Amino acid sequence: MLRLAVVLLLAFMTLPTVVVVAVSFNPTAILSFPPAGLSLRWYANVLTYPQFQRAALNSVLVTGMAVALALPAGTLAALALERGRLRGRHVWAALFLSPLVVPGVAAGLGFLILAAALGLLRSRAVLVAAHVALVLPFVVRSVWVSVRNLDPALERAAASLGATPWRAFRRVTLPLLRPGLFAGLLFAVVVSLNEFVVSLFISNRVTEILPVAMFTYVVNYTDPTIAALSSLFIAATFVVVWLADRYLDLGRVFLRR
Amino acid sequence: MSFRLLPAVAVLAVFAAALAALFRWSLLEFVPGSLQPGGLTLANFRAVLAPQYVGAIRDTVVLSALTTVLTLVCAYPVAYALARTPSRRVRSLILVLTLAPFFTGAIVRTYAWVLVLGNTVVTWPVPMLFTERGVLVGLVHFSMPTMILILAAALSHIDPVYERAAASLGASPARVFRRVTLPLSMPGIVSGGLIVFAWTLSAFPTPELLGGGRVKMIANVVKDLGLDSFNWPGAAAFALLALALTLALLTLVGRLSSDRAA
Repeated sequence: MLRLAVVLLLAFMTLPTVVVVAVSFNPTAILSFPPAGLSLRWYANVLTYPQFQRAALNSVLVTGMAVALALPAGTLAALALERGRLRGRHVWAALFLSPLVVPGVAAGLGFLILAAALGLLRSRAVLVAAHVALVLPFVVRSVWVSVRNLDPALERAAASLGATPWRAFRRVTLPLLRPGLFAGLLFAVVVSLNEFVVSLFISNRVTEILPVAMFTYVVNYTDPTIAALSSLFIAATFVVVWLADRYLDLGRVFLRR
Repeated sequence: MSFRLLPAVAVLAVFAAALAALFRWSLLEFVPGSLQPGGLTLANFRAVLAPQYVGAIRDTVVLSALTTVLTLVCAYPVAYALARTPSRRVRSLILVLTLAPFFTGAIVRTYAWVLVLGNTVVTWPVPMLFTERGVLVGLVHFSMPTMILILAAALSHIDPVYERAAASLGASPARVFRRVTLPLSMPGIVSGGLIVFAWTLSAFPTPELLGGGRVKMIANVVKDLGLDSFNWPGAAAFALLALALTLALLTLVGRLSSDRAA
């Protein structure tokens, strides 16, 4: 009974993915399932549609810059939260996680108004700033777990053997934080690449990132091009999640603290 | 304050500035046809309760409540299997299937439901796409991964010895579940339910694409006012409503879980 229910529910979870992949090989612009044949023309369309090319480049730029800024900022914050002589540690922790709980439309409209006030409506800077704030919670959380498991005696040992603080940090602390840094990087990249609501408010046709371009396409066209692009996204995601499960043991990350 | 906090504080300051701008504009008068606002006013908040928007607020609350209940019912068996399976392979399979949609992003997931609900796969006996039924299906699917993870975390903290003890004392499996497992997993049910409810209150892509303009939730009104009518003050008031509802609910989650810890 339970087994049947679980299988059916997992099928419900997976059904849309299966349909998207099947439809992406549909030979005609009118959708049918199961497809009447096999064709790669929508994949060709994805790769040659200029707006997707531009949006993909924007995605790489925005995510790259946002993660490059959020990773060091979040790592330093995690170190301070665990090690620093800090009053109101819990308040700080809650503050760093707070962008997570602000509804996307509220943050998006806020950044739009701010960008207009600063005359930055046509620039990517606001997009990058918003993405940094949105991925920061994931970096702080992931790295914080690693800092907590770090034995300060190891750094003291390095110092007592004559290492400068910078050298001890580079040669002892950073390598030991690697799992947390890797998990933080993974979350930050995935969250930023998929961010949609806030980005919709603060981008235009020139600066828009891939999810926004996909949204516009879905609203205006009905052919399976988005199915092909979605399939590419899904394939990449499955590889990432599978690798993460293999090397990080996601069960340990999510089920026990 | 440690200097190591400075970069992260700078990031938060920009975020806070955006929210402050939102708050300020919600108190400014909307001048139709102009992006320049007028003087201070409370009219935007009064407009939130105007007849044409009350429906959207009511639909938002009803859809969020239904989503929460359905997601709880659907997520529980999967979470139970995830927390209790002895096989690492089964656990990995469930986790990957659960987490993959979590990672695929809102647009891909919602577009997939446009295909499924839009009579491409099966022909539905009742219209699904562009109806509240269809939006509900999409919202439940969207909330499942979060709920599964929260419930599985709660269930994995329950020592199976309690269930075995109840069974050995003669309780039927249904009774063990009702009297032991379910009460012990209540913390997960409450926090998972509140988080999903809060999250669904500000859902945007799902009602936007699956509702096709015929189903409006609060976030869709914010987008219509802000991006289509350029009524930023009015949109700001609605956005603050969503923010206030979310914060109130999440404060409640925090209050409840710290009570339990104490």
